[in-house]
Amino acid sequence: MSAVLEVTDIKKNFGGISAVDGVSFDVREGEILGLIGPNGCGKSTLFNCILGQLTPSGGEVKLDGRAVTGLRPAELNKLGVSRTFQLLQVFPKLSVRENLILAGQEHQGSMASRLVGRSDAGLTDAANQMIGFFKLDHLAAEPAGGLSYGQQKLLDAAMAFMGGPRLVLLDEPAGGVNPSMLSDLKDRLVAINREKNATFVVIEHNMEFVMSLCSRVMVMAEGKVLAMGRPDEVRKNPAVIEAYLGH
Amino acid sequence: MSGFAKPLKIALGLAVIAGLIVIPMNFNRYGLFILSQWAVMSIAAMGLNLTLGYAGQVSLAQGAFVGIGAYAAAIMTTHGWPLPAAIVVAIALSFAVGWVLGYPALRVQHHYLAFVTLAFSTLAFLVFRNESWLTGGIYGISNIPRPHFFGIATSKPLPFYYVCLGSLAIVSVAVWWLIRSPWGRAFMALRENPLRAQSLGIDTRRYTLMAFAIGSALGGVAGALYAPLTQYIDPVPFNLSLSLDLLMMVIVGGAGFYFGPFLGAMIAVLLPEWLRFTEGYYLMIYAVAVMGLLIWSPTGILGILDRYLAERRTKAASALRAVAKSRLETVQ
Repeated sequence: MSAVLEVTDIKKNFGGISAVDGVSFDVREGEILGLIGPNGCGKSTLFNCILGQLTPSGGEVKLDGRAVTGLRPAELNKLGVSRTFQLLQVFPKLSVRENLILAGQEHQGSMASRLVGRSDAGLTDAANQMIGFFKLDHLAAEPAGGLSYGQQKLLDAAMAFMGGPRLVLLDEPAGGVNPSMLSDLKDRLVAINREKNATFVVIEHNMEFVMSLCSRVMVMAEGKVLAMGRPDEVRKNPAVIEAYLGH
Repeated sequence: MSGFAKPLKIALGLAVIAGLIVIPMNFNRYGLFILSQWAVMSIAAMGLNLTLGYAGQVSLAQGAFVGIGAYAAAIMTTHGWPLPAAIVVAIALSFAVGWVLGYPALRVQHHYLAFVTLAFSTLAFLVFRNESWLTGGIYGISNIPRPHFFGIATSKPLPFYYVCLGSLAIVSVAVWWLIRSPWGRAFMALRENPLRAQSLGIDTRRYTLMAFAIGSALGGVAGALYAPLTQYIDPVPFNLSLSLDLLMMVIVGGAGFYFGPFLGAMIAVLLPEWLRFTEGYYLMIYAVAVMGLLIWSPTGILGILDRYLAERRTKAASALRAVAKSRLETVQ
């Protein structure tokens, strides 16, 4: 299996604080990589460096072997990289369906063709499919801001898939989602992973969720990679137990 | 507005359009002037509503773009060019200048952006006043002709009112199309959450510049109609107070609502006329009314309607739930 994403020696400093300190790893095509670590260990900063929201202080990011370090988030998204955020990021005044159409529209045609073309950019069917897939049917026409927290989380994840991405970085998808909805979410992620051959990197604090979803897990502490391996290996790693699981 | 049935909406729309065509036939010269002014200001306010209401970019420079359009039309038509050509130039010019003015918005937002656009507004006013070789300076430009269309002169108030109304109709359809298109959705994404928008592949830089450029271009259209409407222009009407007036029209009508600018412009243009009987107290009454409205409903007049419809929908939904629940209980 070839690497979709290769991250080499990424560093990010904020003033005197080194939030990410020389992190290297790769993500293989079709895998679900878990990323765990205590709060403040640099997971989200690492995501932001990979996705162009932050410019790394050093290091390189490669997508399919091509250097993409410093590209803007919108450009990376066009190359098939998508993400969700730790805090909810839906568009509250738009309906659920409009949120999904918006999430996919920039992948349809050129900017000029989107001005003169159909108002839904030809995405109503795809949006409805996604709505059905995430079991949000009864909410399709509701403003996203009126949904419950868990439902907004599902919508947030669904939006990340509208552009048909190859690589999706999910920042705490399970945070604040109730157990029954969580198993739904996991099923959906696994299904997309298998059917669309999409590759995932998942930041998550819910150990059960990570261990059952991911094929490999990377553990970070204080800006560095502490361990990387299969879930059962990581679980037994003494350094990981000391730094994280032991608490 | 989603609470009304569609046929009712269409009937209401047609009635308003018919009213705007038929009723003014009995108006005197002054009434037609006021109504034409309403149409022109609605166009300018629609532009600002696009930039501010939909795309969330604060601008205190819309009045300057009305000025740019007005001077372009005044200079060209007094030199023998037809008005449609002048409108095209006014659009192109204000689009280009608006695009450039959009660049600061890529770096600063909110009140900082307001200051940048305010500075531009002042700059434009100084150009209108001081570059007298082009603009006539403080003496302005007079004898601005009204156009002929297909051999019909529009120099009388009623035909020219129809020119303004027709232009408003074309702009309204174009803006309706734009905000329903993926571009309109991208503008709203820009307003609500630029960070998330970027991560969904939305080129926020380009859309920000477009929001400024298109909004400004509509200001230019309004100006190009304003010049032949008044037939005389000088720099004074295009100073900062016009930008503030337009901002107020958008906010009072309801920023981010399609019909907000029509309503806002109506209030700003007609209310002073209605309040004329109060003489010197007019401005005070007007100011208190606007303050009261914004405290009661920061989202403007259409915001009140929107809130009412949302409440009604929630009530209807909870009534449905109650019915479903009582049915369940009866079954048990």
